[in-house]
Amino acid sequence: MSAPSPVEVEPTTTPDELLSPATPWVTIVWNDPVNLMSYVAYVFRSYFGYSKKKAEKLMMQVHEEGRSVVSAGSREEMERDVQAMHEYGLWATMQKDD
Amino acid sequence: MSAFARHRRSKRVIATFTGFEADLLRSLASQLVELLRNEAAVPDDDRDPLEAMMDFSGPTTAPDDPVLARLFPTAYTEDEEAAGEFRRFTEGALRDSKASAACSIIDTLEEAGLPPELDEDGLMIDVELEHDVATRWLRSFADLRLALATRLDVEEGDEDYWLSLPEDDPRSQAHDIYEWVGYLQETLVDALSH
Repeated sequence: MSAPSPVEVEPTTTPDELLSPATPWVTIVWNDPVNLMSYVAYVFRSYFGYSKKKAEKLMMQVHEEGRSVVSAGSREEMERDVQAMHEYGLWATMQKDD
Repeated sequence: MSAFARHRRSKRVIATFTGFEADLLRSLASQLVELLRNEAAVPDDDRDPLEAMMDFSGPTTAPDDPVLARLFPTAYTEDEEAAGEFRRFTEGALRDSKASAACSIIDTLEEAGLPPELDEDGLMIDVELEHDVATRWLRSFADLRLALATRLDVEEGDEDYWLSLPEDDPRSQAHDIYEWVGYLQETLVDALSH
């Protein structure tokens, strides 16, 4: 048997930080002069399962702005995504979301 | 000019190549396999020799060859140590996967009747690809285009430069091949999307 004992709640820990999913990492795909626009959109559809609309929007962002955040999640998940992008020949990097 | 299409009944992706085209594709794929397997994926550093010998894992620094450096980009741009670790754990598997995708092009063409030495005129090679084989071809086309573009220094918006080269310039001919692989890839994306 046990009873809860009074615990000091750290005033710096906000409920938001406790409950929000841990997604501090992002995968970024960079523009390159080689990969076809149709192929890049195809990769976003088939690997991430994104809709045609979302895949084309991300592809256009890569093309026009030079880069696009294509996924977010844990560090391990982003390492998997970056490896997959490299397998498809896309130029991808990962970093902490800021 | 060959292009990929989806066969309505079998759902397979089909294409017809001339003997010359099939031979060219096989030669490009073979060169990629050789490059992926030749420059050893091992760390090149000056550690204690015994320690180095006992390390069976992958490399930690970017490959010297610019084509390989493009095929295996640095994953962490601001953290050299994390980038090295990522490379150590992924580059070997990526090399194998890319080499096996290129091999599937070679194997399919040979199974479809491409002889070891192309010596007859008028030979046509029909290929029929199941979905997973077609996606491997698709990925390998991306690798082949990246390899050719890196060797040729292809840049954004440089179409006029390539058009200005005389037709008998070897760089112009190599660029035509790069464009042709792009055409194949475009039609293959289209066939896989329907």
